[in-house]
Amino acid sequence: MTETWMILGATSGMAQALTRDLATRGAGLILAGRKTADMQAIAADATARGAQAVQVLTYDARDNATCDALVAAAEAAAGTFNLAVFVGSMPQQSAIDADPDLIAGTITDSLSGPAHLIHRLAPLMEARGTGVIVGVGSVAGDRGRLSNYVYGAAKAGFAAYLSGLRNRMARKGVHVMTVKPGPVDTPMTYGLPPMPFQTSPEKVSAAILHGVARRRDVIYVAPIWRLIMMVIRALPEALFKRTRF
Amino acid sequence: MTGGAEIRYSGWGRALSAKATLARPERLSDIVALGPAVGGRRSYGDAALNDGGMAVDMRRLDRIIAFDIEKGEIESEAGITLGDLARVTIARGWLPAVLPGTGHATLGGAIAMDVHGKNHHGAGSFGQHVLGFDLISPTGGQRRVKPGQPLFAATMGGLGQTGIVTSARIKLTHAPGAVVALRERRVADWAAHVAALTEAGDSYAVGWIDATAQGRDLGRGIVETAELSAGEARRRGGRPNLPFDAPRLALSAPIVRAFNAAYFHRVPLAGRDRIVPYEAFFFPLDAIGAWNRLYGHAGFHQFQCVVPPAAADGLRDMLAEIAAGGFASPLAVLKRMGPGRAGMMSFPMEGLTLAVDMPNRTGVVALIARLSQQAADLGGRVYLAKDSAAEPAALDTMYPEAAKWRQAVAKADPAGRMVTDLVRRLKLRETA
Repeated sequence: MTETWMILGATSGMAQALTRDLATRGAGLILAGRKTADMQAIAADATARGAQAVQVLTYDARDNATCDALVAAAEAAAGTFNLAVFVGSMPQQSAIDADPDLIAGTITDSLSGPAHLIHRLAPLMEARGTGVIVGVGSVAGDRGRLSNYVYGAAKAGFAAYLSGLRNRMARKGVHVMTVKPGPVDTPMTYGLPPMPFQTSPEKVSAAILHGVARRRDVIYVAPIWRLIMMVIRALPEALFKRTRF
Repeated sequence: MTGGAEIRYSGWGRALSAKATLARPERLSDIVALGPAVGGRRSYGDAALNDGGMAVDMRRLDRIIAFDIEKGEIESEAGITLGDLARVTIARGWLPAVLPGTGHATLGGAIAMDVHGKNHHGAGSFGQHVLGFDLISPTGGQRRVKPGQPLFAATMGGLGQTGIVTSARIKLTHAPGAVVALRERRVADWAAHVAALTEAGDSYAVGWIDATAQGRDLGRGIVETAELSAGEARRRGGRPNLPFDAPRLALSAPIVRAFNAAYFHRVPLAGRDRIVPYEAFFFPLDAIGAWNRLYGHAGFHQFQCVVPPAAADGLRDMLAEIAAGGFASPLAVLKRMGPGRAGMMSFPMEGLTLAVDMPNRTGVVALIARLSQQAADLGGRVYLAKDSAAEPAALDTMYPEAAKWRQAVAKADPAGRMVTDLVRRLKLRETA
């Protein structure tokens, strides 16, 4: 086995698509998340498709004690160790407005939880001097918007964290790639009016593997979003504060 | 199963469509049988449609549950496509024992239609290789159904009317490599065509007919015979996609005639033998994404029927009628069938089957209704996965076990939740 991938938040649609693609090329897999039964089904599928030594581990971004088993698994991993982070949560902004206690959890799920784990794995990867960390951010982190600025704040923080981490790890031969998928066809968006330039979990996975192979730093899955967010970021606050999206 | 989306969708032929609320469960435990299951939507007519009602989109449920490489058996969630199953299994020296003409059909759809492949004369139908499946009943509850149980025969080819098949285990066949050894031979006319198909001793055999040919040339075409094989084939490049509806002219009579003539003469007079990738042989049209848009906005119909061996020449008369009406398209296929079938409403019977695509133009529905009646008169039947124009009256003659099936379905789904537009149109569940 030449590579092992730890997939954090393994039951998300994007994570499942990446897991399947990695399985097909015979990678070792460590699936980590909260929904153990769902992960078992994903693990069985991955094994049938060619994955080697698939492990399922419990991980909860809100419980740092769950990191111990993941660190141990990373230490024991065969081949190049790589990490892909898909965790995060996005409560409705209106729900957060009604209950500010939701803010802490949102930031833990999308920022401080995964950052804690990555920080524990980083020395190990630096020591090996190889491997990739893929962090899934969001275009929502590019600018705080009326419709989801708490989630956006967490993702903006995660993007800043990955940017600094990239600088640190690059010195030791470890590559860090930030992924901004844009709207994806997931259970969360199913049934809503289709978003412009919506992409699929399969396309996100393909973009990740393509980006990793080319050692890209920041990728937008649908390149149009790089342009859209560039325009949105360039809007002066005086104008931006009157927009509603 | 969380909420649904109101979606307008169509059968593969795009001539019929429906607006329904589609739930899209992400895990098996989320499925509720509130409406019929919908898979890859590769049935041509209205078999997957439920206008104004509910349906369950199964395509997210495509995980393999277990692959026994020693025994050659695979169990999977029902929304997996057969193309995906083929890709996974062929890498380990196996292949689903029966594959229809598209890899985009799902496992659940293959069961609901008891599909057949180019090897039907030897291997039988898809359902004959199903070792068991899980069925969620519209009345609640889930059960494992095994061959021999009455619910098995009611579900195979049962048009989704017994409930929702959530997963199934199938027996695979040995595949020495990812290629087939293909032999192509020209056949000059109807008699030669039928003879070549009848005499072929190969595992796989299928005939392409130039449906525009008339008179002396009627029935001319190319017979392909093949065996699974080891070796290397030249790989093709990327997969083109038809990005828009073709204009009406694209399949006008002169263009189809020219295309068919070129396609016929592509194979040298002496025939040719070559090694091709397995997908190119099993799923030839999947190489062009969304090829159904070739027929333009109005869409198309496919007529497929099977008749007993003694009535084979009846198909020649149908071909003549199609060609004379100017409805012929590039796709017309002739195949020999064996007796193999797994369900009460399964399509296959021993004989010859003819499938022809026809553009959705004025007069085509009446023509298909006439052809369907001829199939019934010849002791044959039409394939419900393709149908969009048959008349209800002939159905019980074509499907002698329909009454028995009706009883089984009434018991499995007393409230009629699984009814589709096809079932309603053909009055399949109504007792006379």
